[in-house]
Amino acid sequence: MDFLLSFLNSMPGAVGQGLAWGVMAIGVYITYRILDVADLTVDGSLATGGAVCALLISMGANPWLAMLTALLAGMLAGLATGLFHTVCGIPAILSGILTQLALYSINLRIMAIGDESAKTKNSLAISVDRHDLLVSSRNIRKLTPENPILLLVVLVVVVIAVLYWFFGTEQGSALRATGSNGNMARAQGINTNVSKVLGLVVSNGLVSLAGALLAQYQGSATVDMGRGAIVIGLAAVIIGEVLLSGVFRNFALKLLACVIGAIIYYGVITLVLRLGLETTDLKLLTALVVAVFLTIPYWKGRYFSKAVKPAKKEESAHA
Amino acid sequence: MLDVKNIYKTFNPGTVNEKTALRGVSLTLNDGDFVTVIGGNGAGKSTLLNAVAGVWPVDEGCISIGGVDVTKLPEHKRAKYIGRVFQDPMMGTAATMQIEENMALAARRGRVRTLRPGITRDERDHYREMLKILDLGLEDRLTSKVGLLSGGQRQALTLLMAALRKPDLLLLDEHTAALDPKTAAKVLDATERIVQKDRLTTLMITHNMKDAIAHGNRLIMMYEGNIALDISGEEKKKLTVEDLLAKFGQATGSDEADDKLLLS
Repeated sequence: MDFLLSFLNSMPGAVGQGLAWGVMAIGVYITYRILDVADLTVDGSLATGGAVCALLISMGANPWLAMLTALLAGMLAGLATGLFHTVCGIPAILSGILTQLALYSINLRIMAIGDESAKTKNSLAISVDRHDLLVSSRNIRKLTPENPILLLVVLVVVVIAVLYWFFGTEQGSALRATGSNGNMARAQGINTNVSKVLGLVVSNGLVSLAGALLAQYQGSATVDMGRGAIVIGLAAVIIGEVLLSGVFRNFALKLLACVIGAIIYYGVITLVLRLGLETTDLKLLTALVVAVFLTIPYWKGRYFSKAVKPAKKEESAHA
Repeated sequence: MLDVKNIYKTFNPGTVNEKTALRGVSLTLNDGDFVTVIGGNGAGKSTLLNAVAGVWPVDEGCISIGGVDVTKLPEHKRAKYIGRVFQDPMMGTAATMQIEENMALAARRGRVRTLRPGITRDERDHYREMLKILDLGLEDRLTSKVGLLSGGQRQALTLLMAALRKPDLLLLDEHTAALDPKTAAKVLDATERIVQKDRLTTLMITHNMKDAIAHGNRLIMMYEGNIALDISGEEKKKLTVEDLLAKFGQATGSDEADDKLLLS
């Protein structure tokens, strides 16, 4: 009983973290699912978002302005990866790794800006007592508008609404076509390189925004905050798909599934931590979760395929 | 409409896999010409089409469409002038997108993509009407994902999309080769209707000599990276498979064409 109570007691925290990571997962969805590129930039751009946001807030800037700047910084990181891939012809995965590595150095520098005693810093604290933060885990159990869950939900809804609109436009459709079939896209006059860069820019902007939210939520930005972020993002995307793809067919709902996936992921993490695992065990656990959830759809298709063939025959009879 | 001048293309130059696929091909298509292209495997048919479409740059020579020199334009920029249907039915459409979304993408071929809606209600009605031409029941499935369609249906849809915005040039790369005979005949039928309707300038590769004779107003046969035969007008109308084989033998001084072409 005690265990259950303490677990339930930590659920709001899991939801809060899940929502912030949900924004990140949507970014991963754009590259991994829509663009069909595994983008590893995100490990770096998440920390960049946190660093930029924490720096500006600690300097006394408006937190909204800090988040907007973090978003732009992330977009810049995506642009770098995009140009590595399209202009320099480097494979997408390697392009992401290069940017991620470069960002590690850059993030250390960013956090030391304005500090005369150090040239690099690997963390930057911002406290809800001294700074004006939009979301803070300190308020997670308060039943006031200060509760971070409220603002996070609003943000998630806004992000989904904007992306829903964008992917319905001509440019957004071109981006989807690029990910679906590059040959077709080019034959329809779409510059697939531009589409890829644009997708990476949008994706990393969102990831960086999530980093900015997380830095405020935790009360600090660290250079390591993005380590393994891609796997957490993938976990959220895949958990959402495996559990909800049957019911969520609309594009906006598919994005929502990523957020729900992230919340479930953090629910599970909270549970296993309560069961006695150490936080350092989480990376192993995350890797296993992603492996299991990637295996499920593969095995489902391979060993448990339902009678798809008769339906296909009927189709070709029409043709 | 199309003017190809003395183009050369060698793949993998300087390696053991070096292959010269085009050896100084020149070809001029007049407005409204429907040209069928035949030739054995490796004769350079697909290479010629890909060169015109701009899949990769040619080594030498120049290509212009409707008076515009496109030799240096990348594939996506040439798409403004060209409608294409590929041999692989999977290649011409985006499987994860809806039928109407695919058509909307094709309707914007060669235009700048803006932040305006990717598809409008008026377009939907228009697409439904167009799909009726195919007579495959697709007009009732506008929001179905293209991945759910059969190869024949996808190929017919690609054909419709290629002609949705009237192209200066229509390129058909053995677009019925991967289909069963019955479906192939249907798609070929639809091709004939669509080409005639807008009098499209068309270059159609086929493996089937009978199809090559039955369709179009002009026939070219390729051999070892060049055009060996070019038959048009009255001569084309009276052409038979036997004539064609005989002419080919005369033109190239070889009789290997018989089995190569008839078997394939």
